[in-house]
Amino acid sequence: MIVERKELSLAERLYLPAVVNGFSVTWRHFKRTVFEGRNAAKETSDGYYPEVPWKVERGYRGAPYLVRDQEGSTKCVSCQLCEFVCPPKAIRITPPGPDGPPADRDNAEKMPKEFEINMLRCIFCGLCQEVCPEEAIFLQKDYSLTGLSRAEMIYNKEKLLSLGGTHAGTQKWRHKLDEARAQEAFPIENRPAAH
Amino acid sequence: MANPPSFPPVPAAPSAETLSIKVDGRSIAVPKMMPDWQGRLQPTTMLQACQAAGVEVPHYCYHSKLPVAGNCRMCLVEFGTPMMGPDRKPVVEADGTPKIARSVLPYEPGTPRGAIACATPISPGMEIYPSSPATKQMREAVLESLLINHPLDCPICDQAGECKLQEYSVEHGQSSSQFVEPKVHKPKAVDLGPRIMLDDERCILCTRCIRFTKDLVGDDKLGIVNRGSYNTIAAFPGTRFDNNYTLNTVDLCPVGALTSKDFRFQMRVWFLKETSSVCTSCATGCNITLWSREGRIHRYTPRDNDAVNASWMCDQGRLNYRWIGREDRLREVVSQRPGGRTWNGALKAVATSLAAAKPGSVALVASARQTTEELFLLSQLAARLNAVTDSVPRQGEADGLLVNADRNPNMTGARITGIAGETPGARLKEIASGIANGTIRTLIVFGEDVTRVGIGAELLGKLETLVVSDILPNATTKMAHVLLPGCAHAEKRGTFINAKGRVQRFLKAVEPPGNARPEAEFLEELLALHAGAEAGHIRAFSMESLFNRMARELPGLSGIEWAKLGDGGAPAAV
Repeated sequence: MIVERKELSLAERLYLPAVVNGFSVTWRHFKRTVFEGRNAAKETSDGYYPEVPWKVERGYRGAPYLVRDQEGSTKCVSCQLCEFVCPPKAIRITPPGPDGPPADRDNAEKMPKEFEINMLRCIFCGLCQEVCPEEAIFLQKDYSLTGLSRAEMIYNKEKLLSLGGTHAGTQKWRHKLDEARAQEAFPIENRPAAH
Repeated sequence: MANPPSFPPVPAAPSAETLSIKVDGRSIAVPKMMPDWQGRLQPTTMLQACQAAGVEVPHYCYHSKLPVAGNCRMCLVEFGTPMMGPDRKPVVEADGTPKIARSVLPYEPGTPRGAIACATPISPGMEIYPSSPATKQMREAVLESLLINHPLDCPICDQAGECKLQEYSVEHGQSSSQFVEPKVHKPKAVDLGPRIMLDDERCILCTRCIRFTKDLVGDDKLGIVNRGSYNTIAAFPGTRFDNNYTLNTVDLCPVGALTSKDFRFQMRVWFLKETSSVCTSCATGCNITLWSREGRIHRYTPRDNDAVNASWMCDQGRLNYRWIGREDRLREVVSQRPGGRTWNGALKAVATSLAAAKPGSVALVASARQTTEELFLLSQLAARLNAVTDSVPRQGEADGLLVNADRNPNMTGARITGIAGETPGARLKEIASGIANGTIRTLIVFGEDVTRVGIGAELLGKLETLVVSDILPNATTKMAHVLLPGCAHAEKRGTFINAKGRVQRFLKAVEPPGNARPEAEFLEELLALHAGAEAGHIRAFSMESLFNRMARELPGLSGIEWAKLGDGGAPAAV
């Protein structure tokens, strides 16, 4: 498709009318603030960012962090689905391997050895949270992420877990273990209710 | 032990006589007899007929290279046979076509009754309905039954991504279960053997592993213990599942019950890139798939090739890959000659000193672990210099299955290029004495540590020029005047010729470390430089043209072309 370029008129080519127009807008605001005592900070009740932090609404997609369960165990089992689904490839997981550290919870033997999110790459799309089968990663309310170097903006497992806090949910691995233990007891009684 | 005389058995050609049947209403003629797991002709089964018709029938316990067990019931299909009248004559419809009697439950004639496709032979005029509503219902029911006690721990299961239970559940299953009782729990993370981990909860009791180790390997170690829903795979009490073929059961296991300790929790399979390659651990040349991610090799698995390894490989060969990613790999060119530590400078220095060498004062030791193309180029170099050449034999014990006594992957290649003589290693003594009495002044070593085969450090010290190319450091590379870092098979393309004379090509999976380059590439440059070419005017390297030129020049390889080799290789007349 060829777009016809419009011939500029003399006034447009001079630029001066546009400059004058711009100055008049600037002058109008200057006049209001200085002579009429009106400004935006006074017109809102709470004030302005950054003095007054912005109120984060429910459902906001901020930085993704890892969470722990109510017993303080890592929920992530290193299934790497978030790493796979992540569109900008911001997530990088190092699986434990056969000799890696054992998981800090019973029954689910696997836990990431390292979990890194490059916050400079992250686009806060929320696919990691959506795909997670363990409810281990959530987009939280942090929106202002700053750092002095690129390396600092790659959050590791420790940092992500400490920022993420706790998310109490159904502890499915714990539930499976309880069920298995109940079956080993004899006579079989007090079986946990089916789910 | 039902071990066939040759391993793997060569499948017989399907019979020429055909039967006409219908699959999903489509007429197809299939051979009356087809090879079974031992390669012998047996009546064609419904499953084989469906495969011939291009219709996939889901199955767990059936495997074309294992005896049929028929226990998983996943391949149930509805079928019908031509109806017979009381006079034992086919009943025909009004339009003259034979009337088909669909199989139904004898006690409930309104209900269709399926048969397992893997063990039911076809008969003339049979109709199979792999897409009928009744077949679909049977599949749903079987999957629901298999999932009753399945733990659904896919997030921590190594099989996720290549699990048949996952795949069939998505394709043929239903999304919810009617089962509300607690699941039966079985032992998890059972240490079955030195290389195998067993999770009994995930097992669907297809017995593929039991049949493989009993009927193919001849090591009857596994069985099913306990009753009913407590059925559990186990090794016989007091024994461990430990033979050289155990890891094949991990490939065979359709679910994540048997997992490899080596690959355990290493990487999810969906990240891995598959490259067709050939195992380098012995002269059998098992076809393999090399699984890598971002320059790191994670595992080898066997690739089907009935002419070489069927669907199997030995554990030893499978686990022999870690050296490729070793930290101490040779990465940089080392040269004590003028020209500097660059490829151009080092190759020029080598070409100059070879040109100055008296004919007959050069010896060459190449490895039978190198590709045929590299050995071919080295033999051309040796012919120009009138050099004595040899290779280093590696002998072990054959096991009657896949492991060959010759542990070099390409001794056949070394022989037909003339690098090695009839008895490989016989000329090494001649080279050693030649260096000792001063007739040999220049030694070229590729991929071997000659200090281990009678050419010790004091002999190497006497040389005027020692040119070495290798992958990992050793006593010989330390003594080299010019050291050229080479590539592992996973980092280049090339061919090996196995003990039976099959030319098999392998492809590149990962990048070589540092400044290492494929040997064939720099050898061709060296040959051009030696012939007097200017450094900037050498033809670009092409594997295809090098192979085709080699095939034209070497006896026995005539008619073989790189493009025609394919994934299965081609037999050479050697």
